[in-house]
Amino acid sequence: MNLKLRKPPFPFSAAPTPATVEPLSGKKHTGIDYETEWARSFPARLARLAVLEGVLRPTMKVIASPDCRGLDRLHDLAGKRRSNEPPQPVIFAANHHSHVDTPLLLSSIPEPWRHRMFVGAAADYFFKTRVTSTASALALNAIPIERTRVSRRSADDAADLIDDGWSMLIYPEGGRSPDGWGQPFRGGAAYLALRCNVPVVPVHLEGTGRIMRKGSKRLTRSATRITFGPPLWPDRDAGDDSRRMAVRIERAVAALADEASTDWYTARLRAHRDATPALSGPDPPSPWRRAWALGDRGPKRRRASKRRWPDLG
Amino acid sequence: MPRPGFVLDVDRSTPPILFWAGEGFRLERLPAERSRVIYPPEPLDPLPHPEAAIRHALLNPLGDSKPLPELLFPGMRLTIAFDDISLPLPPMQRPDVRQRVIEAVLDMAAEAGVDDVHLIAALALHRRMTEPELRHAVGDRVYDAFAPTGHLYNMDAEDTDNMAYLGSTEQGEEVEIVRRAAESDLLVYVNINLVAMDGGWKSTATGLASYRSLRHHHNVRTLQHSRSLMDRHKSALHTSNWRMGKVITDAGVKIFQIETTLNTDTFPPPFDFLMKREWEWSAKDRALFLGSSKSLARAPSRLARQIFHSIKAPHAMASVQAGEVDAVHEETIRNVHRQQLVEVEGQTDVLTMGLPYICPYNVNSIMNPILVMCLGLGYFFNLYRNKPLVREGGVLIMSHPTPWEFHPVHHPSYIDFFEQVLAETTDPLRIEAEFEKSYAEDEWYRHLYRTSYAYHGVHPFYMWYWGAHALQHLGRVIIVGGEPRAVRRLGFMAASTMNDALEMASDVVGHSPTITHLHAPPLLLADVQ
Repeated sequence: MNLKLRKPPFPFSAAPTPATVEPLSGKKHTGIDYETEWARSFPARLARLAVLEGVLRPTMKVIASPDCRGLDRLHDLAGKRRSNEPPQPVIFAANHHSHVDTPLLLSSIPEPWRHRMFVGAAADYFFKTRVTSTASALALNAIPIERTRVSRRSADDAADLIDDGWSMLIYPEGGRSPDGWGQPFRGGAAYLALRCNVPVVPVHLEGTGRIMRKGSKRLTRSATRITFGPPLWPDRDAGDDSRRMAVRIERAVAALADEASTDWYTARLRAHRDATPALSGPDPPSPWRRAWALGDRGPKRRRASKRRWPDLG
Repeated sequence: MPRPGFVLDVDRSTPPILFWAGEGFRLERLPAERSRVIYPPEPLDPLPHPEAAIRHALLNPLGDSKPLPELLFPGMRLTIAFDDISLPLPPMQRPDVRQRVIEAVLDMAAEAGVDDVHLIAALALHRRMTEPELRHAVGDRVYDAFAPTGHLYNMDAEDTDNMAYLGSTEQGEEVEIVRRAAESDLLVYVNINLVAMDGGWKSTATGLASYRSLRHHHNVRTLQHSRSLMDRHKSALHTSNWRMGKVITDAGVKIFQIETTLNTDTFPPPFDFLMKREWEWSAKDRALFLGSSKSLARAPSRLARQIFHSIKAPHAMASVQAGEVDAVHEETIRNVHRQQLVEVEGQTDVLTMGLPYICPYNVNSIMNPILVMCLGLGYFFNLYRNKPLVREGGVLIMSHPTPWEFHPVHHPSYIDFFEQVLAETTDPLRIEAEFEKSYAEDEWYRHLYRTSYAYHGVHPFYMWYWGAHALQHLGRVIIVGGEPRAVRRLGFMAASTMNDALEMASDVVGHSPTITHLHAPPLLLADVQ
């Protein structure tokens, strides 16, 4: 099944300002300045619930056939219903291949977190216009994060929400993978975990790049696997700072990638030998060799092709 | 702070008491001034950080054992054996405590670079576990890592080539356990101690043993002298297992025992009212009781069974200890007592109990009449220390529908035992002498045990022997609500109501007997003074 997503032409979408013309000045209401508080109001949450359960979840089930692993690792964070213990807010940190990652994760992360999640989304991409900002805030409960520089406002907003009991979905790579391999993890998730003293749950996504890789405007059906890892708590006593914890998160996601492509015990053997394959792929810089090596990753699943017999009349 | 268990003296203000009856429950009013009800302690608080507790136990073993990482080395043969589907009851919500422990052990083995690892479900003569049951016990990660390559499997006690004879005790008890476990550089046993009977040397000497070995303690004489099965120092069954343990140790088998105890958080919402004291039921609890008991009574038995067997208990780990078998087990028993022990003053003329839908041998299966006998007379009767709750010659009244129904795949030899053996006699000694050998060595039962999901041919005999001590001790057994034909075949009496049962008991214990009701599950252990 192929779906083509195209931006509607002017006048059905706003016309770009010509490069030679000075844009109108005034207070900006997009990008990092976009206010998203309304997206946590009751009507907005209700609308998001309807969109998530009524549209995104069934769509993802059809397009991505998600195979969720490791949900049992979240058991101890879920709180106790009998003693009214609330669930632990967490930061879900995942590798990033595709625009499909966010709806897929939002519809796969289990209760009690699923409907109390917000997403750290690139301010320069998802909050570029009023329309995309509103849509991102409403459908994904996204808040703008500046990925080009450290922004106090982004961090404060995210920390306030976590302190308020919300959980966060963030992609520490800062953007989608350009070639199917991972990029170095940045310190944002680790910084927030240390600041709010909440655990980071590493998540590995496999297969979303086949559905819609960066640069593609087509959706292609493909099976995906989501592997949730054991929660990583910030440990200041052991010398955790943002940089060290970001390394731990990246290693944990790499171990999950190894687990997804081999098996858990093999992945543990390699992790203890410091031999876990890096998310960033093999060393040789030549693009074709990196692309070639990419073929070895992921479970060896092949959809049985429909046998076509020649029409003999 | 969880409240301890207690004994309630029934007076006129006491509300009717909950009785389990298979896939259903009922309320019964007990006679005032001469009845009492034993309530179990409330569930202990779970360990706040179970993974950290497991790791701590592995690094700080009890007894003369070294920490687990010091016992692991590259190139070694490591075997991890774990308790089968019979524990815990009901099966617990994911993640199962075995999964948590096995993952922690394997993580250390991975750190040490151990490649040759086998994981064995310690079935003895129980039925094989299905793939979903194994996945539930050890988790998907462990299953997917080891089962596809044949390194995670159910043991086969009839595979003579893969069983190892280790020697005999001074009493002539032969010890034969799984060869891979016996010949490994280290055997790690992962246990769940749901009741005081489990664990210790019984894990290895029974869980990994064959019929050749088991017949020395799973027999009428031993079980009649196990008083009770829940008190290892007064149990002939356990004494025999401990003797066998010495043979295993002397044969050079190195064992690292990991034992866990669970709290008694047995039923999740909406069935959690079944764990509450009747006078503490809220309006919602009462509505749930009325709705569920009425609808279950009208539901087809198959549907009711499906509903109950889908219940996964919210059990949480209350303790974990690891190291040398004896030292570990003593600590485990202390922790079981901390959760389950209730002091009870003196014995009673009549003991009543409501039998639930599940026992160790009908998980995802049917509770047949032989298992009803085993659960009531074998397990619940033995939930005591010092003296039985009921006096010698007293009456046991159980409530259970006791249908004449068997699971044809899981319990094929039970069907023949019921039709052939019990039709002849219910005397355990005669049954053992005349019938046991032919069932134990029957090729068809062996085939079903090895290749299907059947309990071994001799298993129904063991169920009957399990109740041998109670049969010897009691004057009469009455089943309230039991199917008369099936109850008569068991050698017991069937009653329609509790009042009828008490009337029938009066022949044996007079018209004003003292009555004690065991309010279980959740499980408790009566310390009878």
